[in-house]
Amino acid sequence: MTDLVVKSCGPMTALQDRGRIGYQGFGVSPSGAMDRRALAMANALVGNPADTAAIEFVNLGGAFMAAGGDLHLAVAGAGASASVDGTPVPPLTSFVLKEGQTLEVGHPRTGTFAYLAVAGGLAVEPQLGSLSFHLRSRLGGLKGSPLQAGNHLPCRPEHQAGEPMQLTIDIVEETGPLRVMLGPQDDYFTPESISLLLESEFTISPQADRMGFQLTGPKLEHAKGFNIVSDGIVDGHIQVPGSGQPIVLMRDRQTAGGYPKIATVISADLGRFAQMRPGAKVRFRAVERDEAVAAARQLKDWIASLPAHLIPVRYALTTEHLLSRNLIGGTVDALSTASHD
Amino acid sequence: MPFRQRNGGVVPTPKILPCGDSALTVEFGSTIDPDINGMVLALDEIVRARAPAGLIETVPTYRSLTIQFDPVATDYDALIRLLNDETKGIAPRNAVGRRWRVPVVYGGEYGSDLEEVAEIHGLTPARVIDIHSSAVYRIYMIGFLPGFTYLGGLDKRIATSRRLHPRAKIPAGTIMIGGEQAGIAPMDMPSGWHNLGLTPVRPYAPERDPVFLFAAGDEIVFEPVDASRWEAMEKAVKAGEPVAEEVRA
Repeated sequence: MTDLVVKSCGPMTALQDRGRIGYQGFGVSPSGAMDRRALAMANALVGNPADTAAIEFVNLGGAFMAAGGDLHLAVAGAGASASVDGTPVPPLTSFVLKEGQTLEVGHPRTGTFAYLAVAGGLAVEPQLGSLSFHLRSRLGGLKGSPLQAGNHLPCRPEHQAGEPMQLTIDIVEETGPLRVMLGPQDDYFTPESISLLLESEFTISPQADRMGFQLTGPKLEHAKGFNIVSDGIVDGHIQVPGSGQPIVLMRDRQTAGGYPKIATVISADLGRFAQMRPGAKVRFRAVERDEAVAAARQLKDWIASLPAHLIPVRYALTTEHLLSRNLIGGTVDALSTASHD
Repeated sequence: MPFRQRNGGVVPTPKILPCGDSALTVEFGSTIDPDINGMVLALDEIVRARAPAGLIETVPTYRSLTIQFDPVATDYDALIRLLNDETKGIAPRNAVGRRWRVPVVYGGEYGSDLEEVAEIHGLTPARVIDIHSSAVYRIYMIGFLPGFTYLGGLDKRIATSRRLHPRAKIPAGTIMIGGEQAGIAPMDMPSGWHNLGLTPVRPYAPERDPVFLFAAGDEIVFEPVDASRWEAMEKAVKAGEPVAEEVRA
């Protein structure tokens, strides 16, 4: 067995995949990667299915070594850099970490979450069908724990012979308002509060983690009180407790809760929102189901198209390919055109 | 058929509430009521059996069913038609299949708030145990933590407002009450409820088959047992036995 050995990492560095599906009725939060686009890119670079479990970095990078053999790896998300024995790896490029070499992953620069994928995925036993680490449930990751220095992550040696690849498309973030669909409890709020939600600027507070992002802004007034008998929660729900300050619920959210939810961030915009840091300003725009579903389809197609946008690094270094890459750079991104149609 | 709520309110037809592009909630009412919860569980069974294309999972709660789906793979209009059809005249699923007897050691080091709760209500600790263990509790929903059961059916004579100072950590197996609700701690957890006793039973054990002992709609009765039995029961639980016993309703 070939191991990826953790030399150092931040306290919330942990394994994440698509999330734990099918157990919310038993109180188990789905968790899963905060930015599925970046997870999919890291996985595409090493030839994995888009939702394969990878190491998620939260604000901080880490250092790793290969033991017992070479490893084919890739880093993507939030502009985190990678270097092998001090030599920088070009962005959006997979690489081989030879036995005994040290990989340094830089901290996420343009956002909060970055991913390190290993070809063939990790040979770690899933819990309840997923490797996604969830703190409160003590599930996933390494037997219910995040990563720490000294951990050995078993990898699949038969997958490590792949050729280093470069991805010719990247995420180009929108700068417009985040798209929401009103509901499920928009009728618990005054019409003025709905207008405030859609016309005001909110700031992401320092209380932002995998469970939820607290926002500060104008106070949203409840028309019918702020206690409801608990009902189901989904990713992206904007719940408003008594303070009138909204909280956007993220992957590690609980399965049910007792505050009214004024609106829900559409699934296609959650990755972009997850990468916004404390202090960032955010606005919301209400959309109908058609637009939200079209955006979800566009994102799904974009993720499915990633393997078709890989070129071997040895070709990428020739003049012809560099030239062709420059020509297409900046235009081939489905997300960048998603909401301007 | 209009849905009659126990408090007299009538819900003409369940509401379908949008939860973004990937989910919706079918709401049968706004209160904690066995009939409303029974309809939620009935619809949950139907939706899971029908398994419409794109279905990801269903989450039953006190009063509503949240349905999560892949927005791209789901025919949303067909899903709404299915829900409208299936909720017409839906009968509550109150014929629960399972009733569980859960052994509890009450008071002392096992239930540090028993005496305080007794004092608040002007009862003896023995009377509180008697009242708590005479009721049949219904699992309305499971949430907050893996396997945490929200139990209805607490006798109002011992309903007790939550503690002013919540505890950062109570042990797994704590038998507790808060307001008119009762619960069993599935793991060490923070809690503002009152601890009456302790059970070795683990509603949730990731290494055990089944991982979760109880389901929404099940019933629970508590059986007071002597502390002298604790060690043997704990040993059995560690060996993977449920120790909670299925009994006839």
